[in-house]
Amino acid sequence: MGIIRARKLGFDFYRYDENGRIQEASHAVRSVDLDIEAGQFAAVLGRNGSGKSTLAKHMNALLIPTEGVLWVDGMDTCQESELWKIRQKAGMVFQNPDNQIIGTVVEEDVGFGPENMGVPTEDIWKRVDDSLKAVGMTAYRYHSPNKLSGGQKQRVAIAGVMAMRPRCIVLDEPTAMLDPNGRKEVLKALRELNQKEQVTVILITHYMEEVVYADKVFVMDQGELMMQGSPREIFSRVEEMKKCGLDVPQVTMLAHELRKSGLKLPEDILTREELVDALCQLS
Amino acid sequence: MSIELKHVSYRYSPGTVYEMRALEHIDLSIPDGQFIGIIGHTGSGKSTLIQLLNGLLKPSEGQVLYNGEDIWGEGFSRKKLRGQVGLVFQYPEHQLFEMDVLKDVCFGPKNQGLGQAEAEEQARKALEHVGMPKELFGKSPFELSGGQKKRAAIAGVLAMNPRILILDEPAAGLDPGGRDEILSQIAILHRTRKMAIVLVSHSMEDVARYVERIVVLNEGRVAFDDEPRKVFAHYKELERMGLAAPEITYVMHDLKARGLQVDTGAITIEEAKESILKALKGERR
Repeated sequence: MGIIRARKLGFDFYRYDENGRIQEASHAVRSVDLDIEAGQFAAVLGRNGSGKSTLAKHMNALLIPTEGVLWVDGMDTCQESELWKIRQKAGMVFQNPDNQIIGTVVEEDVGFGPENMGVPTEDIWKRVDDSLKAVGMTAYRYHSPNKLSGGQKQRVAIAGVMAMRPRCIVLDEPTAMLDPNGRKEVLKALRELNQKEQVTVILITHYMEEVVYADKVFVMDQGELMMQGSPREIFSRVEEMKKCGLDVPQVTMLAHELRKSGLKLPEDILTREELVDALCQLS
Repeated sequence: MSIELKHVSYRYSPGTVYEMRALEHIDLSIPDGQFIGIIGHTGSGKSTLIQLLNGLLKPSEGQVLYNGEDIWGEGFSRKKLRGQVGLVFQYPEHQLFEMDVLKDVCFGPKNQGLGQAEAEEQARKALEHVGMPKELFGKSPFELSGGQKKRAAIAGVLAMNPRILILDEPAAGLDPGGRDEILSQIAILHRTRKMAIVLVSHSMEDVARYVERIVVLNEGRVAFDDEPRKVFAHYKELERMGLAAPEITYVMHDLKARGLQVDTGAITIEEAKESILKALKGERR
């Protein structure tokens, strides 16, 4: 059974007037069915306002569905008694690293989560060691977080979530504010967590290149789940992606343009190597 | 109309233990009407540089000249300068504060001393230029979407009729569609208003597509300053600085290494396409 499972999930935002009457209702998420298997690297794409962050916030019960159900590892998020368990299973990382770091020393920040959960002290230190190692930040454990680069801060934030030993980690545009190097660092850390620690990763992003290695891609538009499939399947639908306000990786776009000009290239080119190989076979 | 930096250095907290050298001996000139991209990793001095350009920061050493006049010289009006050199910060949505969009955009021109009617005219023009739909003029700026907020904030600066527009990552956090829209609007402004544009960006692909000159900052110094294809030819050095060339450029280098006679200077999809088609035709002959 999937670690994250949604059936007919819906969420409405309401705006109230001065008298507390509903003035306007907007459907941020509508009738979403989705399954993410444990151990998967999943990605969610969608334009601004497509409902992807609203969907993500359901995955650790920051939002509760107004319609339908969402289960995290079999637990219904509507059950208030399960709330803390759910949040331990599914950790969340946001866009701005400066808003989620609270400690004055890196190791203290990473230890905050497990300490809050009442983990015994020796165990906290072990978890801090393990999580810093997992994101490659051990060398910085005694540093002050505010002296770190954006990519390093974001990795500390990920370590902070990892220290709670979640089974799944949801990241809402974790690389939006980073430079190319920072982006690479964070992506590498996530891929390693996924492969070595078998943590389920759910990555929300606007960078198409980051999605190429995902197991599964979900595309949201206007609150609905428009497409799902492997990156290869999704990115071969160039025109549909454009209609959703999205893009495809540059390499895929170039292959698409070359195909339109009459070159016989496969439709599902995703990486630089694939394109180069395919072109060399033509010549 | 030009800005010139002569041997400019900037230090934060000078004379204390926290002293930090942000910029070292920068020589740079921004002529009228140019579209310039500034790239550099986090902490390379990009934000410091752009704040020097409109006199928000005062150089520790060196001079900033606007049309040949030292902006820190006696009698120079920096208030006027800030109307001429418009700066849009990284999160322009944080600059919004008024009751409705139109009022927000009017704030700048009114501050410049224009009357209500004139200010409103400027504001309407500016909002049109950034592609803001008319029905949103009366809405609270806080009800707008991320992309719309950015447009409103850019309009707020445009309404002051600057000769130079500086934007610090205007597309950060926008989806690909929104990013293309905002950047192409800026390119249109550049063409129609003949404004000089300085675009700070982390996206090599965006820079490759829009600007005519790239300034690369590394550890507070100018590492490269040239046209994009020449800058991206140094992709190995760029990588050492935590940057990269556009993905397309790498494809071209790989193809060349495999014996296909393509132009490794191609930095956009269009250029790459042309060059690959031409190279393949050549092979078949």
